[in-house]
Amino acid sequence: MKNIFLPIVAAISLFVIMPPVSQAATDNKVPLKVGFITVGPKTDWGYNYAHEQGRIYMQSHMPKQIETEIVENVPESAEAERVMEKMIARGARLIFSTSYGHYEPALRVAARHPDVVFEQCGRVEKDTKNLATYFAKQYQPMYVSGMVSGKMTKTNNIGFIAAHPVPQVLQNVNAFTLGARSVNDKVKVHVVWTNSWSDPPKEAEAAKGLIDTGCDILTMHLDSPITVVQTAEKNGIYSVGYHTDLNKFAPKGWLTGEAWDWGPLYVKIANTVINHSFKPGNYRYAMNDGYTKLSSFGKVVPKSVQQEALALEKKIEKGEYVVFQGPLKDRNGKQLLAAGQKPTLDFIESMNWVVPGVEGSLTAK
Amino acid sequence: MADPFIVAVLAGAVRSGTAVLYAAAGEVITERSGIINLGLEGIMLVGAVSGIAIASITGSPFIGISAAFVGGGLLGLVHAILSIRFQANQIASGIVLTILGGGLSAFFGIAYVGKQINSFSAVKIPFLGDIPFIGSIFFNHDIMVYGTYILIPLLAFLLYKTKLGLAIRAVGEDPDSASAAGIRVSHVRYFATIFGAALAGMGGAYLSLVYAQGWIENMTAGRGLIAVGLVLFAGWDPLKAMFGAYLFGGAQSLELRLQAIGTDISPYILGMIPYLLIIIVFTIGTIRQRKVNTGSPTALGLPYNPNK
Repeated sequence: MKNIFLPIVAAISLFVIMPPVSQAATDNKVPLKVGFITVGPKTDWGYNYAHEQGRIYMQSHMPKQIETEIVENVPESAEAERVMEKMIARGARLIFSTSYGHYEPALRVAARHPDVVFEQCGRVEKDTKNLATYFAKQYQPMYVSGMVSGKMTKTNNIGFIAAHPVPQVLQNVNAFTLGARSVNDKVKVHVVWTNSWSDPPKEAEAAKGLIDTGCDILTMHLDSPITVVQTAEKNGIYSVGYHTDLNKFAPKGWLTGEAWDWGPLYVKIANTVINHSFKPGNYRYAMNDGYTKLSSFGKVVPKSVQQEALALEKKIEKGEYVVFQGPLKDRNGKQLLAAGQKPTLDFIESMNWVVPGVEGSLTAK
Repeated sequence: MADPFIVAVLAGAVRSGTAVLYAAAGEVITERSGIINLGLEGIMLVGAVSGIAIASITGSPFIGISAAFVGGGLLGLVHAILSIRFQANQIASGIVLTILGGGLSAFFGIAYVGKQINSFSAVKIPFLGDIPFIGSIFFNHDIMVYGTYILIPLLAFLLYKTKLGLAIRAVGEDPDSASAAGIRVSHVRYFATIFGAALAGMGGAYLSLVYAQGWIENMTAGRGLIAVGLVLFAGWDPLKAMFGAYLFGGAQSLELRLQAIGTDISPYILGMIPYLLIIIVFTIGTIRQRKVNTGSPTALGLPYNPNK
């Protein structure tokens, strides 16, 4: 009788995450232990990579005061609770749950551990004592990127490859389209949903489909922008990035895009925990805080367009122009905001409509 | 003149189906020998990462593809040793392979995220590529797509017309009789398992080297499991697997292109098309197979103990 379990157990145990053993602090200044969970690989050149860069920045700027760890590929399920519980058992007192669906597990763990601070990226917390949410208005740089694209397109058809029609994604689709049409009202933005945060082959096929139908610029809201950017580059068209600056990956066709810079915010947050000044709430930062930025311009973007984009950026930073300000109508002509009205946080966080110029179906009703 | 939309959808079908086709064709050979390998997902990932790693080191996509063939074959060897030598439960071993392949590829892939590689570009075949409609759909692709046009008929020939094919089918149907007839059952099964996995590795490399042209962790996104399903649907026949792979590819290509032209159908419904089509065709196929009885290899998934 041969035992089949032995090889199986051996193989699986290879992949059990080995927790980093932390040395017991001998001095009085015990460093704050900080845990990060990401939904995807930290090497994706996208969403998760941006958080990892933030963690690295934080660790290098306060090496004595904190100790960080990151666990990647944490699903948005009870598994996330398990990972966070383990982090707390290892001494974590500040946890960053970085993905949309990590929120519910984080809420449950937070209720069990009132002495641990939780920071949720995105989402809106209602009534928590030890959990805050943070996000930056990523749609502001996307609006500016849209403006640049509106200037650069020759076919007036722009492709937008997006994962799921949730508010955060729709904010980008809408802001990008509004930006493009602010300078070129002939622009149509064709949205293709991949129904997955990460499915590179499907993203490549979607990109080819959009190129076939005449799009000369592609942008995206996916975990990793790299497949779309590289496919655009190989097909000789322009690309606008998201999450990270991929200028060097598309030297011929890169226009600009949105890029995160979480590091300084993470340092700030860690300090609030160290100084006991943490307060729960929904923290929303804007472009002028610097945590969401306009990426570098590609070589193909003329100086005049660059200057115009930077001027627009200034205007938005100063509050002279508010993205999604009234008058605002949705694609069906329904008035959403009257002239002069400003969007509220709830209005933006519950977005389930698209603006005129967006082509393609939408299920979120 | 043919509608360019339809041509684009069908050409996309061939492109999208090719990765799955390599994996499914390999699995046909493996399963015909009586070994079921559910680890295609992990094997494709290992193929994808070894392909891109070696291609970026050597600068040659050909060497990358060969590396994927070897890498996939090595995982196939693991499965063969577990399920033939140790007569382990093949389902369990396949699942282990999925996890193992996922982990290995993630680990070794880190250095290759965002790596630029030389890839195969589409080459129009003279004369054939100029045939209206058909030419643009089938004969304006990269070399790995053309590879399947040769590979699949060859595999069918191998299975049905050669001694080796007969041996593969014999050990998959009735290993005892095959053994009595002088066929070395485990040798044949080792070959079929390793070769099948090697092809799946090539399928993975198609995704990373040609199709998406880059490596991202878990980039197969379920295509290995689709390939396993396709084998059932194809009734363990290479040519039908080709049809099935294109059906899957076509449904995906259609879904994405319908969206691109702005059809007002829910993206969730469109996203289900590939899977719905497979379920429907699979159901029809199963009903038909019951009637004519050309179903699965009889000894599929059963460990063979020559000393019993």
